[in-house]
Amino acid sequence: MQSNTVLEYDYSVAKLFTYTTILFGFLGMLVGTIIALQMAFPGLNELLGEYSTFGRLRPIHTNTVIFGFTVSGIFATWYYVGQRVLKVSMAESKFLMIIGKVHFWIYFIAALLATISLLFGISGGKEYAQYEWPFDLAVVVLWVLWGVSMMGLIGIRREKALYISIWYYLAAFLGIAMLYLFNNMTIPTYFATDGLGSFFHSVSMYAGTNDALVQWWYGHNAVAFGFTVPIVGMIYYFLPKESGQAIFSYKLSLLSFWGLMFIYLWAGSHHLLWSTVPDWMQTMGSAFSVVLILPSWGSAINMLLTMKGEWQQLTENPLIKFMIIASTFYMLSTIEGPIQAIKSVNAIAHFTDWIPGHVHDGVLGWVVFMIMAALFHMTPRMFKKEVYSKKLMNLQFWMQTTGVVLYFTSMWVAGITQGMMWRAVDEYGNLMYSFIDTVTVLHPYYAIRGLSGVLYLTGFILFAYNIYKTITAGRVLKEEPQFTTPMA
Amino acid sequence: MFFHWLERNPFYFASGVSLVISFAGLIEIAPNFEQAAKPLVDMKPRTVLELAGKNVYIKDNCMSCHSQLIRPFKSETDRYGEYSLSGEYAFDRPFLWGSKRTGPDLHRVGNYRTTDWHEVHMWEPSAVVDGSIMPTYKHQFTNKADIETAYAEAVTVKNAFHTPYGDEFIGTREAWNAYRPTVIAQAKTIADDMQNEDVKKAVANGEVPEVVALIAYLNSLK
Repeated sequence: MQSNTVLEYDYSVAKLFTYTTILFGFLGMLVGTIIALQMAFPGLNELLGEYSTFGRLRPIHTNTVIFGFTVSGIFATWYYVGQRVLKVSMAESKFLMIIGKVHFWIYFIAALLATISLLFGISGGKEYAQYEWPFDLAVVVLWVLWGVSMMGLIGIRREKALYISIWYYLAAFLGIAMLYLFNNMTIPTYFATDGLGSFFHSVSMYAGTNDALVQWWYGHNAVAFGFTVPIVGMIYYFLPKESGQAIFSYKLSLLSFWGLMFIYLWAGSHHLLWSTVPDWMQTMGSAFSVVLILPSWGSAINMLLTMKGEWQQLTENPLIKFMIIASTFYMLSTIEGPIQAIKSVNAIAHFTDWIPGHVHDGVLGWVVFMIMAALFHMTPRMFKKEVYSKKLMNLQFWMQTTGVVLYFTSMWVAGITQGMMWRAVDEYGNLMYSFIDTVTVLHPYYAIRGLSGVLYLTGFILFAYNIYKTITAGRVLKEEPQFTTPMA
Repeated sequence: MFFHWLERNPFYFASGVSLVISFAGLIEIAPNFEQAAKPLVDMKPRTVLELAGKNVYIKDNCMSCHSQLIRPFKSETDRYGEYSLSGEYAFDRPFLWGSKRTGPDLHRVGNYRTTDWHEVHMWEPSAVVDGSIMPTYKHQFTNKADIETAYAEAVTVKNAFHTPYGDEFIGTREAWNAYRPTVIAQAKTIADDMQNEDVKKAVANGEVPEVVALIAYLNSLK
């Protein structure tokens, strides 16, 4: 055991996942921008024949940003944060080093192949769960590897009390494992017959209304355990580390964590309001969605109050700016969601562009900002280099913030316009608009959203460039900075 | 304090989290499961050709822009027909309700659109609906639908979930070869109502272009 020396943490796995975070982030956002533009300019569907239609590309966008970008970001930060808060280096265990590397390579290869399979239309059909069964198996394997890696590190830890971030990473691991397994239960038809038809094809274990319930229990909570839980875990580590401020309230962290764990999963059925699932389930989903404001805002307020007395850092340090605006967008998104989950509002909002609008103020404003801030904090410490350019960081910040604002404002207007036009009746009670009227009217909003995508993507390219230059050309740091990340 | 203890004992901590997150699924999904699995009385499952069409629908991800769920509002029943019932979906694996209506709902599209309408529309949507932003689906006129996989699917759901397919549905190659002409026969009835010569020729040669299967499926949505 090292006693007096400072621990040398091993970042080789964290670095690998950092690269894939950036790679998949770029790809996912690029495809997202293309499909956003397709809705304004449908000619763009024809670029590569059947392989460039909106339908084929949309799952590539969603799966690449979820399972590519976000999950990479979760792994990258885990392999960085885990060691540091447990006070143990991965290098101390050969076994954990091997597991970490195998984890990465299986992940990377599976993610690439799965993406290609979607391009060819090999799809199970359920949103955010399109991967067919061989890829599902690969996901299970790499998830188990992550579990082994996490439990292993916890097993040999020096710091006995688990820090708040670890709670969240653990919960993300358990939650996704449960949801993914149940929702992707399928029977491969090739093996259920004498090898008839396609090897990849499978049928869901659930049908119709049941399938819908399982799917949205999964779909909603993939958001919970992919886009919320681990990201909250990140901010609990990176904000205090970057600002040098202690977390405002331990009790509030407790309340938010256990509250979030208990309440989040009930809200899944708010995706099925006015559908054929029983009324009491719908009401339950609605009610729990509103209660969900408490733990969500609990975390966000805990973050904002952590900055108490230190708000000048917001003007001095763009990294703090990224994290504070991320918390703010998290608050916006978690009040917007419950509003949409109210049955009467949902009657207008459901099936419209307000829903992607809501998703994106959460994802672009909260998830991506937080992950980028984490990487900006980690890179100088992993590579012992100063951040290449503060100016670029600020430019990126404002481009992307403008992008997010344009995205959700245009989609709010588009969604509510569409929802109201679908139900508008004239004085005799007849429908006023044919469906196509409600499509063509949206053109300007789709164009604005396309522009917002271009802005956001450009910002992400600046981010990737800044990280690249930091690694290759940043000024070398003699010792690790304690709090504020040094930037040129 | 209890939580301080819990945070030092990862096993109990993880067990606690697992317990707390499993309530919702158990209480919301499990009790109604059997009830929701019941089909409408006398409902027939889709034919193999229609299943193949459903798989084209999934392959090209039509549900990213079209719903199959008519909500119980007058504005929806006026536009699309009767509101949807749970039992109607009992054979749908996966469910295809969708979550976004960039285009209109399709749950009862078979009631008000015809084979020739779909043919022209899939080739060039804006030729039928002025201002449409739907992509063209010309590749469906040349790509072949995978009817063998659709047959394997029918056999699988018959064996695993007792979906009422007939005794001739057996998972062997001989049984499939014997059944294949039935699929082609239904494809012919669709192709007869179409104009595209290549499609007609393909069906006459015992092949099924994707668009034929897709139209059979869309026509079955009633």
